[in-house]
Amino acid sequence: MTNKYDAIIIGAGHNGLTNGAYLAKAGLNVLVLEKNAYIGGATVSRELYTDWKYSNCSYVCSLLRPEIIRDLELPRHGLQVVPYGGGVTFKENGDYFGNHADHERLLREVARHSKRDASAYERYEADVMKQTRLIRPFLMRTPPDPTSLKPRDLKELAVLAKSFGSMGEEGLADTMRFWTMSIGDFLDEYFESDVIKSHLAGSGIIGTALGVYSPGTAYVLLHHYMGDVDGSVGAWGFARGGMGSVADALSKSFQSFGGTIQCDAEVDQIIVKNGKAKGVALANGNELYADIVVSNLDPKRTFLKIMDEGDLPKDVVTKAKNFKIRGSSGKLNIALDGLPTFTGLPKDSPLCLGEKHFIDSLPRMERAYDDWKAGTWSKDPYVDMLIPTQIDPTMAPPGKHMMSVFVQYAPPKVNGEDWTAEDKAGFEKTVIDQISNYSPDFKDLILHCETRTPKDIEDEVGLTEGNIFMGELTFDQLLFNRPFPGYAQYRGPVKGMYMCSSGSHPGGGVMAAPGANAAREILMDLKLTNTVPGGYDDD
Amino acid sequence: MIPHDETMILETPFYSRCLAASEINLWEDWKGYRSPQAYTSVEQEYFAVRSNTGVFDISPMIKYRFTGPDAEAYLNRLVTRDISKLAVDRVAYTVWCDDNGQVMDDGTIFHLGENDYRLCAYARCLDWLMWSAEGFDVTIVDETADIAALAVQGPTSCSVFKNMGFTGIENLKPFGITRYPFEGSEVMISRTGFTGDLGYEIWVDPALAEIFWDKLFEAGKLWGIRAIGSAALDMLRTETGFLQAGVDFIPAEEAIRTGRSRSPFELGLGWLVSFDKPVFNGRKALLKEKKEGSRYAFVYLDVEGNKPAEHAFIYAGDKEVGTVTTAAWCPTAKTNVAFAQVDAKYGKVGQELVAEIYYERELKWTRVMAKCTVIEGAVFNPPRKRQTPAPDF
Repeated sequence: MTNKYDAIIIGAGHNGLTNGAYLAKAGLNVLVLEKNAYIGGATVSRELYTDWKYSNCSYVCSLLRPEIIRDLELPRHGLQVVPYGGGVTFKENGDYFGNHADHERLLREVARHSKRDASAYERYEADVMKQTRLIRPFLMRTPPDPTSLKPRDLKELAVLAKSFGSMGEEGLADTMRFWTMSIGDFLDEYFESDVIKSHLAGSGIIGTALGVYSPGTAYVLLHHYMGDVDGSVGAWGFARGGMGSVADALSKSFQSFGGTIQCDAEVDQIIVKNGKAKGVALANGNELYADIVVSNLDPKRTFLKIMDEGDLPKDVVTKAKNFKIRGSSGKLNIALDGLPTFTGLPKDSPLCLGEKHFIDSLPRMERAYDDWKAGTWSKDPYVDMLIPTQIDPTMAPPGKHMMSVFVQYAPPKVNGEDWTAEDKAGFEKTVIDQISNYSPDFKDLILHCETRTPKDIEDEVGLTEGNIFMGELTFDQLLFNRPFPGYAQYRGPVKGMYMCSSGSHPGGGVMAAPGANAAREILMDLKLTNTVPGGYDDD
Repeated sequence: MIPHDETMILETPFYSRCLAASEINLWEDWKGYRSPQAYTSVEQEYFAVRSNTGVFDISPMIKYRFTGPDAEAYLNRLVTRDISKLAVDRVAYTVWCDDNGQVMDDGTIFHLGENDYRLCAYARCLDWLMWSAEGFDVTIVDETADIAALAVQGPTSCSVFKNMGFTGIENLKPFGITRYPFEGSEVMISRTGFTGDLGYEIWVDPALAEIFWDKLFEAGKLWGIRAIGSAALDMLRTETGFLQAGVDFIPAEEAIRTGRSRSPFELGLGWLVSFDKPVFNGRKALLKEKKEGSRYAFVYLDVEGNKPAEHAFIYAGDKEVGTVTTAAWCPTAKTNVAFAQVDAKYGKVGQELVAEIYYERELKWTRVMAKCTVIEGAVFNPPRKRQTPAPDF
């Protein structure tokens, strides 16, 4: 077996595999290394209970770029994304808000809670759509360096300026406010109903160590709205067979171009000689060589764990240390003996296909954040719960179900100490009790529960502090600032070293854009023909 | 019996169940029958077939029965395919042509028993069938209203049938026919369909239609069964490359303008023409066409970008060479596909053409010239469609 490759990619998550696929497609001999025995990183399906498949990290799909799905022929390699509609937020008083997929039906439901809000909803939708229209064309582009005078940067800056300029004076002001304001303040400008605000606010805090009234959370909502399923912007779906089928299809595509994947191969160190990346040293002592080394790890892990500080410019070490990547969420994956009933909702309601939440006001959500700030998990958490087996027959036996429960907030450490088994049990109980309040038969249906704290996610997947986005999605860490100013074009501080993770533009979620964008930059440096497709145009 | 003067539009034997399942009351007219365009959401119905099971009421489909000592010989003269090779309990897709070798329709022939066949068609053609029957000892009956039929399609469809008690259904091969006892009578099941997925069609006495529907949906509960309408079906057939009569070609007998009908070769259906047969309708004209060349080629196009090439003109360089008949973004294959009629010399697989696409955004129209590549065929073609025994999901 050779130990010399054209490119070595560290981490077989979806971005590493995407990056590898495009490099291999360009004719490079590419090796993707994975520390775990299985590929996927946080894009994974695992059978942790016999006959059940858990999407035990990421659990829904919308951001994955259609350009990449099509170009890498992921459907032919087995990927099938099935959209779900609907969603519910249960109210403490026994009522609920149903987020219907059908527009008119949704407006009728909003009107049930507030007639005025039903009218405001259309203004809200248009305003959010203006922001998605602005950001979406930049997902498949490398951010320009605003301090550079290189023709390409100037050209890209002009594109950026033109897009922002097309918003008009008022639109530009709205945009600047939107990118910096809190989701709570944003929603307060449209709605009066608590339950509607809380239902929508969830997207502003998921994966983020900020509260609904923290500045910057309005953008996080956009991050959850800017994806699409078949052109339906903001729609979400399930990957049939779980999120692991995304990684599986990517790996098959990568391998079809001649790429190699090696599991159980943890990288200990990126080898740098004379200011150039030369390969990697594995934890088992083996060394593998390549002039291109791409890290799909988050920026902290990349620069502070697998690189020697002496090989790096001081500013990178400082910036990596200051990089904001706080753990804020946990996960419960539950095998169910049957479909639970929810108070007030018919079992066959189409609303049941979507996500469920059990927190009905912004003040309650802010208190959940207060618990996190105080160093513990939320006692009344924001939960994003889905039962994909209502649509996907492949993840559990017929009549049985798999429940995915994303929980916010959960701290990386409890009161400054590592999570204990007791803490974990307490966290699990908090979540199960909250759901049980709205589903009397839920507890009795539980066959198995995998509970994951941020610490578990960090240990297994390798996401620092268990932060699902590989770095928070606030304006200071977005676009040409992601991961750090001066390093947003996927090139590391050492020649031949690159970054392709969600820690780079356009950020987290199972999007594959960072991996693809990084490949385009690498191929450009190698003066090879670009294999990465351009983005689709909404207009 | 079909009531002849009591109603403007007919109801299929499943109508009461379709009506109960319809949440949005969106109907259309299919050959005089009220047929659902969508029940709840086109998207959910489409995905039911790609991920679970979707049920489409195909009862209005035109159905003819052929019996008598010359039934086989008759059909072999009628259609382009060699029917003598079609074994009992097998189904064949075929076209039939007029004397000029122009496609009258496409459809399926079911070999039900010795000299016993059923033809399912898009267009009514009894008159043509009768003319063609001169000299043959064959009885032809229009049995459209005498049989209730459902398409039961999707990756869990086999599991649904197993759960319904149709033991061994997983061993039925594509285009095979089998029968099961049902409520003192019989249900016929064929592994056929219009979706390109694992799927079946069932054929049952109209008197048993409602009870069949009820049992089917009961059995399918755990397998995500859902009724689907024609809008979803249209997306499904496009993705899998099936032509739609009246959309992708004009049945020869309906064409008014000269030159608007097409031959099987011009529809990419040359594989259905069996010149080994000494005689069949249109043979002479088709032989001549084969020798001298066709006027048009039917092509599948992979269209760059995400704008469906609906009604687009197709160019080769600056020259307009054809038009699109069907186009859609395919939600499972994640490909922008189009079917087009182009001048015969432009049909080669791999050839690059350009589609002139117009689309509107908030009252502003935009034109794109999208690159297209001629591709082999269906963009959606999963292994489960062919696997025997059929998979559970």
